[in-house]
Amino acid sequence: MKKMIFGNAAKISRRKFMVSSAAAGGGLALGMNLPFLSDAHAQRAGTGTEINIWVVVRPNDTCVIRIARSEMGQGTLTGLAQLVAEELDCDWKKVTTEGLTPGRNLASKRAWGNMSTGGSQGIRQSQDYVRRGGAAARMMLLQAAADLWQVPVAEVTVDKGIVKHGPTFRQIGYGKVAAAAAKLPPPDPKTIKLKDPKDWKIAGKPLKRLDTAAKLNGSKIYAIDVKLPGMLNAAIKDSPVFGGKLKSFDEAKIAKMPGVKKVVRVKDSAIAVVAETWWQAKTALDALPVVWDEGPNASQSSATIAEFIKAGLTSEQTNGEIKKGDALAAIAGAAKKVEATYSTPFLSHACMEVNNATVKLSADMAELWVPTQNLEASLAALSEESGIPLNKCEVHRHDLGGGFGRRGGTQDYVRQAVVIAKEFPGTPVKLIWSREEDQAHDFFRPISQCKATAALDAQGNLTGMHIRLSGQSINAWLNPAGVVNGKDRRQLQGFWEEPHDAQIGYTVANSLIEYTMRNTHVPVGPWRGVNTNQNGVYMECFMEEIARAAGKDSLEFRRALMKNHPKHLAVLNAAAEKGNWGKPLPAGQYRGIAQFMGYGSYSAATAEVSVSPQGKLKVHRMVLALNCGHAVNPDQIAAQVEGSVAYGLSATLYGDCPVEKGRMTSLNFDSYEIMKIAEMPKVETVIVPTYDFWGGVGEPTICVVAPAVLNAVFAATGKPVRSLPLKDIKLV
Amino acid sequence: MAKLNINGRVRDANVPNDTPLLWFIREQVGLTGTKYGCGVAQCGACSVHINGEVQRSCSIRVGDIKATDKIVTIEGLSATTSHPVQQAWAALDVPQCGYCQSGQIMAAAALLAKTKKPTDSDIDQAMTNICRCGTYQRIRAAVHLAAEGRSALNRASKARS
Repeated sequence: MKKMIFGNAAKISRRKFMVSSAAAGGGLALGMNLPFLSDAHAQRAGTGTEINIWVVVRPNDTCVIRIARSEMGQGTLTGLAQLVAEELDCDWKKVTTEGLTPGRNLASKRAWGNMSTGGSQGIRQSQDYVRRGGAAARMMLLQAAADLWQVPVAEVTVDKGIVKHGPTFRQIGYGKVAAAAAKLPPPDPKTIKLKDPKDWKIAGKPLKRLDTAAKLNGSKIYAIDVKLPGMLNAAIKDSPVFGGKLKSFDEAKIAKMPGVKKVVRVKDSAIAVVAETWWQAKTALDALPVVWDEGPNASQSSATIAEFIKAGLTSEQTNGEIKKGDALAAIAGAAKKVEATYSTPFLSHACMEVNNATVKLSADMAELWVPTQNLEASLAALSEESGIPLNKCEVHRHDLGGGFGRRGGTQDYVRQAVVIAKEFPGTPVKLIWSREEDQAHDFFRPISQCKATAALDAQGNLTGMHIRLSGQSINAWLNPAGVVNGKDRRQLQGFWEEPHDAQIGYTVANSLIEYTMRNTHVPVGPWRGVNTNQNGVYMECFMEEIARAAGKDSLEFRRALMKNHPKHLAVLNAAAEKGNWGKPLPAGQYRGIAQFMGYGSYSAATAEVSVSPQGKLKVHRMVLALNCGHAVNPDQIAAQVEGSVAYGLSATLYGDCPVEKGRMTSLNFDSYEIMKIAEMPKVETVIVPTYDFWGGVGEPTICVVAPAVLNAVFAATGKPVRSLPLKDIKLV
Repeated sequence: MAKLNINGRVRDANVPNDTPLLWFIREQVGLTGTKYGCGVAQCGACSVHINGEVQRSCSIRVGDIKATDKIVTIEGLSATTSHPVQQAWAALDVPQCGYCQSGQIMAAAALLAKTKKPTDSDIDQAMTNICRCGTYQRIRAAVHLAAEGRSALNRASKARS
């Protein structure tokens, strides 16, 4: 790429670059996509010039940064824009974003990569290629300025989108060189050097979100708000008993109700009413006589499920184990044995925006408006269910009113909406679930129990630990390929020995951690933090019981087991320090502590609580420490940590989805209670990034919220809490 | 036929009397800033002002509203997103997903209209809206900030721009 030094370097044709880049396996999207730079794309970016697939520059120096991942409140949009803008060296005040659609990604051979937004991967999985996109665009813009001035590019600098040539006091904005830059070949990927985070000026800073304004005045259009000409609305009811079937319904009874257009059978288990407005559709659906074939699951209840799972605590067969030394022998020979059995319930996601999907099917085109964490999965569901080829399908992007894992791969509501829309060719139909339907037909956080046994020697050292988990498998329900030879490693999340993602932070000489799969008839799926939630409670509440049985300080006992895990330990220490561990508290207040790992990041927390003589719990203050490797926007990380406290504490205090007669019974917020502002503790976030890895942010900290609080309750009452939620437990 | 005054404009409510105000606002008037969250007056996403009082529009029938009642939705709170509550929300980057925030803002605005300097306890009593993203800590701080007045708002806006 020598020629590039003085410009006019168009020796490598775009097509050739694409082929060579793909052949080298570099997969650098900006090169691979060049052949697809159509006029249509340029138009969509307004009057701007596309420098590469991530960056469009407008004549007024505005930089449009393209975003592939979904935004559901977690701040990924702003964080990704910061990373690109950092490498682009543009003016942050002139940054705007453009959301990509999956149809466009597909047409460009997935140039923008994976669009799935789950597992706290939005930033950590795409940071490298989006930063490279920003850096490559900067190099091209600088080269274009150097060419214009006929000076070596090495003499050219840039600050906030203004390119300067110091020796001749010349300067020019990105907007004025964009057209020339776009004609240059992209730089050789090997010549792209990403900045050291120490030099970051935009990334790493607590900048404000880019997407706040429309959330303050009602102007933001979520998918549920979509209005299309001639649009009809649908309300739906799926068999209340999971696995049940729709037997019959009496359409005549509601046919003459206001606005009603049609009653539609949706697959074999659901019924929908389509009307002019949603309120008409829902009113008619509520009045529609429906007979269900409830099937064999109607005999299931919380009690039968609990018994079924309990049996897994002592079963012979297991579905995954992590073994070191001989835990059972150590326990048999222990000076002191500690034992406890724990349980956690099913939980729904309860996103504030209920599931909805608007579908318009024409003879040769399918369109979808939907809140989704996986735009490409939505596109695939639209195509499969409609029978219209993928390249004739498109999903219109809408930021989500919450996601929390509910709206990833399953796409159940999209499929329903397509079935309904098939009855109205050419007419858009919006399906909205009622809150009751949303609570009845979630993919719930899996139910589980845990039996834990520990061995202490005469000096109170932990010499052996046996943890047996029994519960439902997410993989078995949603991803059977994830269960390999009957083993399901995912359910042991947080106990893994391997570093980097969800590693256990303790070294115990003799340790046996096992999982027994007990699948119920209730659909399960990922729920913010996924299995680190339950496993964090089990590990850290049990560690507290062990420490107390050993007569040792909760923090010191943990520290002694964490010498081989310096990153876990550093985060625990950070939480302890900021949380004033060991220092006096106001009368009646007690502290708890916990640490655990998930989603590539290290988390720890302290909680300060009081329990009134009547048994009323108040959480006063929590300190959460997080090492997520790179901190892209500290203020948004703090927002995610604060949010994880609310989501985690709400589950701890109230969360439960009981099953009766095979169906869910907590169908709205009157029974599925959600924590409110009065119960929100003061949250302090300590970010201790070490900049030697990229971890997640949205999910990691939730796993320490419940155990820190429960351990503080233990300190307050002298009694361990072994089942959730707390509303069902008498604390004193 | 009922007549409804929404954001200063009187409209005919050509719907059955038992239609919830929320769905009239969303589907007939076409103002979608007021959100459906639960339909049973639990979550507050549908909060609007009726004669200055914050009310949950999902549980109020159109037929129970008088033509003289003044209904204000989030779209009518200010012409230029300039209400102190909106400015405080912006200054502290309160929203995450944003879905519940119309209701939160309407609840906060109604609180401040009555209680110029609310205490934490006042906020606990008045702000009973659900937020699943968990923005409660910032909501509390933003209510206090809005109560402090323009100069504090301006300082806070500049501090993090």
